[in-house]
Amino acid sequence: MTQMTINRGADYSRILGLGAARGENLVTNDDVAGPIDSSDEWIRQRTGISTRVRANATTSVIDLAERAARDAIAAAGIDASAIDTVILSTITYPVVTPAGAPVLAERLGCGTAASYDISAACAGYCYAIAQADALIRAGQSTYVLVVGAEKMSDFIDPTDRSISFLLGDGAGAVVMGPSTTPAVGPTVWGSKGEGAPLIGVTSTWLDVRDGADFPTLRQEGQPVFKWASFDMPKVAAKAIEVAGLSPADIQVFIPHQANMRIIDQMIKTVGLREDVAVGRDIADSGNTSAASIPLATERLLREGAAKSGDLALQIGFGAGLVYAAQVVVLP
Amino acid sequence: MALSENEVLAGLAEIVAEETGVDAADVVGEKSFTDDLDIDSLSMMTIVTLAEEKFDVRIPDEDVKNLVTVGDAVKYITGAQA
Repeated sequence: MTQMTINRGADYSRILGLGAARGENLVTNDDVAGPIDSSDEWIRQRTGISTRVRANATTSVIDLAERAARDAIAAAGIDASAIDTVILSTITYPVVTPAGAPVLAERLGCGTAASYDISAACAGYCYAIAQADALIRAGQSTYVLVVGAEKMSDFIDPTDRSISFLLGDGAGAVVMGPSTTPAVGPTVWGSKGEGAPLIGVTSTWLDVRDGADFPTLRQEGQPVFKWASFDMPKVAAKAIEVAGLSPADIQVFIPHQANMRIIDQMIKTVGLREDVAVGRDIADSGNTSAASIPLATERLLREGAAKSGDLALQIGFGAGLVYAAQVVVLP
Repeated sequence: MALSENEVLAGLAEIVAEETGVDAADVVGEKSFTDDLDIDSLSMMTIVTLAEEKFDVRIPDEDVKNLVTVGDAVKYITGAQA
């Protein structure tokens, strides 16, 4: 019997280039405090957020994704046509079908690249990195564009005290390709479906069809805080362990930008070095869901707190509940 | 072996002091976490979780709102140890 031919992929993958795009407008705490009967001080103290970035009404999720992706492709030093796979992680692309990724691929000139969206909320970027790494090592893809893009401001309720005031808009993108040395560690990922009611939208599209209000985001802050602060450090620690590293090896820590207090608790629990560089972009950009990790990464690199070649631990966690963590070598 | 109320209070005071900077000596029975010790809901979740670990008890989220004073928490934890 004739046998099939199966590709063999690269030994390893790596992040070759990174790009970021933030919403055009800085929204202060004073701007959002009124409808939730709050204050700048209360929001800072509870969340560590001073401002959040929100996009113009005319800017779409795909616009943000395209800006970030163009920078990532340029930084990777490859031609867009060399990208054979485009993964867009988003929960705010307001179209049931077609997906946003093919539209993005067409805009970027990625030819006939396989293109699809994934929905893993604030863990979406790390989920997509896991997929891209596996595709490259399996020989299914050579250059993968991973984009986390969100326009959260389309799904907020200004009077909601649970999550809306945290949220910002943006996109972060990386190009991943083959590597001769290990540069993406094994991903520790999973879900906890019993927590599905803890974060989500107020209505389904069918509810809207039947007269419900447009869906906006809500969360039950306290149990989510507890899960993120105490369960996620275990996932982060596992990601270090399965990469054959110790916490002392981690030079940069880039958690999902959900709440500064969660970030501080995670650092304490994982036992990272005192001089570890920490992504704290939430202070100025807010919580941008799937975009938050690459946005925080971009800022650390731009400001010099982290540098190319550093070992970074990244962990995403959010609605689902879902989570994913891996150690990567920064581009 | 189950701890006494005094032992639980001492352990809880340690957690509260570590998490919030409140003087451990101020963490006494009749003090309200919110009104007297100025502890917000997120710090309270952290304290509860640390207490669960320290005393090996389970404090469901829906019970946390009933723990108004330090004494409430001490009684709850002492009772839950059994």
